Amino acid sequence: MTEYKFTTPIGDEARNLRMGDVLYLTGTVVTARDAGHRRALELLNRGEKLPVDLHGLAVYHMGPIVRKIGDEWKVYSAGPTTSARLEAYEAEFLEKTGARIVVGKGGMGAKTAEACKRLGTAYAIYTGGAGALAAKAIRRVRGVEWLDLGSPEAMWVLEVEDFGPLTVIIDPEGRNLYDETRTRIKPNLLEAYKMMGVPF
Amino acid sequence: MLCPEGRGVITEGVDLRGPAFHAVSLFSHEPRDHQLGAILQTRTNLGRNRIFQPMTRQHMGPRNVEETITNEASRLVSTAAIYLPEDVKRALRNAQEHETSELAKKVFGSMLRNLEVAEAEGRPSCQDTGTVIFYVKAGDKFPYLGILERALRNATIKATADVPLRPNSVNIFTGKNSGNNTGESIPWIEWELVPGSDTAEVTVVLKGGGSEGPSIGKVIPPAEGMKGVYKLVLDDIFEQGPKPCPPVVVGVGLGPTVDIAMKLAKKSLLIDIGQRNPDAEISKIETSLLEAINKLGWGPHGVGGSTTALDVHIEAVNRHPASFAVGVATACWEDRKSTMRIDPEGKVEFLTHQFLNRRNA
Repeated sequence: MTEYKFTTPIGDEARNLRMGDVLYLTGTVVTARDAGHRRALELLNRGEKLPVDLHGLAVYHMGPIVRKIGDEWKVYSAGPTTSARLEAYEAEFLEKTGARIVVGKGGMGAKTAEACKRLGTAYAIYTGGAGALAAKAIRRVRGVEWLDLGSPEAMWVLEVEDFGPLTVIIDPEGRNLYDETRTRIKPNLLEAYKMMGVPF
Repeated sequence: MLCPEGRGVITEGVDLRGPAFHAVSLFSHEPRDHQLGAILQTRTNLGRNRIFQPMTRQHMGPRNVEETITNEASRLVSTAAIYLPEDVKRALRNAQEHETSELAKKVFGSMLRNLEVAEAEGRPSCQDTGTVIFYVKAGDKFPYLGILERALRNATIKATADVPLRPNSVNIFTGKNSGNNTGESIPWIEWELVPGSDTAEVTVVLKGGGSEGPSIGKVIPPAEGMKGVYKLVLDDIFEQGPKPCPPVVVGVGLGPTVDIAMKLAKKSLLIDIGQRNPDAEISKIETSLLEAINKLGWGPHGVGGSTTALDVHIEAVNRHPASFAVGVATACWEDRKSTMRIDPEGKVEFLTHQFLNRRNA
């Protein structure tokens, strides 16, 4: 377990990450959930530009609790949402946006792992449920796009400082900590059956 | 009762006269300017104190009782979003101590740190503040049965604006978000009648979306019996792995039909962590099933570790000879629940978060 501190824009230093490593991010993180991924891909596939250039940035699977006070947005809680829902979009999203780190929770699948390997990107988790702590790492809301999608689905452009600890789950070699853990602990399931007298 | 134009404004953050405005304006004996002033004050005054202002009760008439119950229930909901109950915090600290993996310890570290930040700053501990569900045990002699549902609904609207909570109530068909955590039958209320009692006990659960994934309602062949139950639970928790934000609390309900089993499973999640079923046999099963689940090795958020579940609760009722129904439900590590009791005079005592009572004294 190595600890890294990255500042955006992130370049090829992302290739050093290995599953199980711990990462802290400083700089710009952009949120995208289901509707955000869909809209981004629609625009890019029509040859249009995104409102924010995501090259070297981190994309965060998150729908915050926010409120506008005067001209400023205040983020109250900002923990990750379940990334599995974004599996259908993420590989294409990474390829077409140039984002370098994906942050979410719960893990992602083989298509994303393949993209991480091909593009030298990584998928990391922020502690699910730690919304208050995450909000504390957000220095400022730099902007918000696509509010018509509703606040959780909008694209929030966040300035963060030492956002973490993030745990690398899929690394730029395409290895997936959750998949490997599942394989490694499979014998434990049989052991647990035995403890409860379940025939198998 | 709700103004349609008030919907959705919290998320957009545009109109300060959001759902809270409409919630408070229910009590039409108060001047409107005063209400708006109070809301503006609430919204600019971030910090732990703002939701814990005690109610004054000099003139407790029926109308004031509804106002009191609404306000106190709103504090109940707000508190659940910000403060985990002691039993859950204790279990998490305990789990961190017993982890041997450095990574698992680190993950528990951010969970506990998150709770400190939430409490110190009055922020929702998780941004998914869940579906608002109330479990009400009401005595048949409780004098305010008729107003409770309305009070709990308005309390939800008020807490959504005050904390704020994330609006999580969307229409099944259109996906439209109501903006204030209410909607068709939402907040959901589970009623239980208690004969002979003149009080009501209200528990709020803020049920996050992620930890609904492992829910199962299934009829197993009676021949499989408890072995079938164990396999169902172990396979489920193994399969779901990191997704429901482990360590989870597992509720298992057993009975004649799936709806009964599921209801028992869900209600068992209200039981304190570490509290065993009074039936010695079931209690033993709870302990060994917890041990077996923790043998799986997923650990906190699936990074590998010795705590995949904080506890297992089993509730069983008699079944049909031909039907063995099993319900499995989980709560994420932020097992957010909070309970208050309303007495026949309309006075409220907080049971799980007793520090709220001190401010009432």
